[in-house]
Amino acid sequence: MLRKPSALRWRSASFLISLVTIIPLLVVLASFLRPQPEIWQHLFHHVLPDLLSNTAWLLLGVSIGSTMLGVSLAWLVAVCEFPGRRFFSWALMLPLALPAYVSAFAIIGLFDYTGPIQTLLRSSIGDQAGLPAIRSRGGVIIVLCLSLYPYLFLLARNAFATQGRRALEVGQSLGLGPWRGFYKVALPMARPWLFGGLLLVLMETLADFGTVSVFNYDTFTTAIYKAWFGMFNMTAAAQLSSILVMLVLALALFEQLLQRNRRYYPTGGARLPRYQLSRPRAIAATCFAGSILALAFVLPVGQLIVWSYSVFASDFDARYPSFVWHSVLLSSLAALLVVISAFILNSTLRRTHDWPTKFATRFATLGYAIPGTVLAVGIYIPVAWFDQQMLAFFGNSTGGNFLRGTLLVMLLAYVARFLAAGFNPIESAMLRITRSQEEAAQSMGYRGWAMFRHLHWGMLRGSMFSAALLVFVDVMKEMPITLMTRPFGWDTLAVRVFEMTSEGQWDRAALPALALVLVGLLPVILLSKQTQTD
Amino acid sequence: MSAPHLQLQALSHHYGTRHTFKDVNFSLAKGQIACLLGPSGCGKTTALRCIAGFEQVTSGQIFLAGNLVSSADYLMPAQQRKIGMVFQDYALFPHLTIADNIGFGLHQWPSKQREQRVLEMIDVVGLGGLAQSYPHQLSGGQQQRVALARALAPQPELLLLDEPFSNLDVELRERLGEEVRTILKQHGSTALMVTHDQHEAFAIADQIGLLHEGRIQQWDSAYHLYHEPHNRFVADFIGEGVFVQGRVVAEQQIAFELGQVHAVVPAGCKVGDSIQILIRPDDIIHDDASPVLATITAKIFRGAQFLYSLRLADGSIVLSLVPSHHNHALGEKIGIRLEIDHVVAFA
Repeated sequence: MLRKPSALRWRSASFLISLVTIIPLLVVLASFLRPQPEIWQHLFHHVLPDLLSNTAWLLLGVSIGSTMLGVSLAWLVAVCEFPGRRFFSWALMLPLALPAYVSAFAIIGLFDYTGPIQTLLRSSIGDQAGLPAIRSRGGVIIVLCLSLYPYLFLLARNAFATQGRRALEVGQSLGLGPWRGFYKVALPMARPWLFGGLLLVLMETLADFGTVSVFNYDTFTTAIYKAWFGMFNMTAAAQLSSILVMLVLALALFEQLLQRNRRYYPTGGARLPRYQLSRPRAIAATCFAGSILALAFVLPVGQLIVWSYSVFASDFDARYPSFVWHSVLLSSLAALLVVISAFILNSTLRRTHDWPTKFATRFATLGYAIPGTVLAVGIYIPVAWFDQQMLAFFGNSTGGNFLRGTLLVMLLAYVARFLAAGFNPIESAMLRITRSQEEAAQSMGYRGWAMFRHLHWGMLRGSMFSAALLVFVDVMKEMPITLMTRPFGWDTLAVRVFEMTSEGQWDRAALPALALVLVGLLPVILLSKQTQTD
Repeated sequence: MSAPHLQLQALSHHYGTRHTFKDVNFSLAKGQIACLLGPSGCGKTTALRCIAGFEQVTSGQIFLAGNLVSSADYLMPAQQRKIGMVFQDYALFPHLTIADNIGFGLHQWPSKQREQRVLEMIDVVGLGGLAQSYPHQLSGGQQQRVALARALAPQPELLLLDEPFSNLDVELRERLGEEVRTILKQHGSTALMVTHDQHEAFAIADQIGLLHEGRIQQWDSAYHLYHEPHNRFVADFIGEGVFVQGRVVAEQQIAFELGQVHAVVPAGCKVGDSIQILIRPDDIIHDDASPVLATITAKIFRGAQFLYSLRLADGSIVLSLVPSHHNHALGEKIGIRLEIDHVVAFA
């Protein structure tokens, strides 16, 4: 292969991009290596026990609940035949459009003592018809399961659709009935996908900030936020972050190992007939899928619409265009930066195969695993340090803030967090451009920019657009990074939702939340188009 | 003969310490079609990529139309060589129509001429009506023709074809091979193909270079490769045949089980030495009148012919192609006679 001088430029750019993730990660991990005894004492006695048990219960409950929901729904949709199957196979992904913190306050509103469901029950059955309190550990777990099961659903559906029906036939030919065929053949075969999906769910659970704060359920993310904004104790926030990040990195490492074992085999040849459920079972399946869809999407969105309608006249004012403008501006800029960075990383990987480049890319795309609160802390500390150096150098003439509270810092944090979301679609599109296609263009007189414009851009623009869309929506829904690093008074839709929900004003949070849901539907539609099997 | 259009002089290439090919010499006249033939891993594709300008050579020179394009310390960039290439996987651009694919290399032509050239090329490869289709809508054979049209459109000095038919099924392969040869000859194109399939090479090339372990074993026409192989590897690789034991009995006479033949005795062999003689299936003729009998040990039906494996009296095995109405059973003895023009023998 020819060594081109341009390879060096690509590599340097890639290393710079990976620093955006590596620096915050190292800063946070370093604070674990330099523990401060008095802070640890306090944390250890008064904070950690509750945090750890809360987190453990949450992880346990969410993994069991979302696995049961995701796997059972995926099996029904991928292998069985029942009324409404085609509809459910895409509609069950809709909850992806609903940020967990939005469905949290919508469900609280619906199921609270004063909410419509309990009121209805009391008026029809009487006062003794009480539901268990929704604002509880069980409530958080249910809400998170309802919003996170689609991750498992998606992966399991693909696994079952490619292998499931065949597995069932193999099972039958060996004398296993459909149930035992499911347990003995299909489930073990799908295990790598299921574990992968479960780990994603667990990482999302650990990173969740909005939902647990709506429920006032203390976990690491809310503790980090409180340590920072409640007590202005940066060190405590960093210490807590270091514990959380180690939990998460362990999961991420595990997930990456599993990914290597996942291979998609083509279904090949004839489509196998679906398993026809008996009439009562088919109806039960429809009811089951329908009630999950109702709880996870239809009812919460309905509640949001009702609330929005009731407050629209009084609440919709001149501030809203600025919320929307801020959200759109931040999301677009972040999407643009992510797509450019992802393209640079992928192009570098294509040119050089040495381990430092591979290592840098791995790290750069690890940000998806790091909770937003942790990233905010990890970016804030070096930025504050930089500002101090500048202050010492230039004196107080500028007010002491150089980087702190600028959009640049926010954008860097977004890039670190969402680089993987943009990297993956561009990576798979780049893999489809073969070396011989580039050589063909080269032999016909193309190079450099002309080659990019006529070959790469044409073949990549679709994937670049979907990558940008995914990042755009993720940034728009993102809450902790925005809260913790935004310039003063710079409110977005997500910030507005947080402020209203933290005051318990569900109805006033509904309007910005509804806007987020509408935007969130875009990538879900895209996803359902891409994964439509039959 | 005019000055060679493409010339490789003492060309060598290696990855690290491993040689891919060594001391390769050959030249092509303008309008000639040649083929590098060889088993996989013999270095033929690397040689092609060196000529295209995608690989740097270790030593030696490549001249194209009289100009140096590659040497140990010089590499003319591929985009300046005016070399067209047809890739094994065709490397069509999926986001462009057939017309745009074919016109891709004509970016410096005035648009009017470009359009005209594209239409002309579509016509040449017989894809009329498909100009606005996309590559994925075409069959494998059609995609192959687009790749050929795209490579020929800019009127390259040289056309390179890397295993161009390996993704097609056998029947299509032969038909397309003939078509491609006709098109290239009509255009007067100079072309070099690389393949591992000798039938492809026979169908297309004027000259064939058989490459093995990084060296050209023989550079010759198909006829000569088959009938006058220079060494045992060539004899084994090209066509079918078996070696039987023989003995030098006189100056230019070799004797073996089926009789005595006139032959060029390999250098260094003297009378009385035992040698190996190459017997092709078409050298053995089935003849009921012949007194020489051989036992059938295996038979393969090939439509028009049977390929019989025959055991001679001394136990050695030869092959024979026999018209397929001579259907004999295994173990049967049939009469055979030797009819051999070029005797090939190795020490």
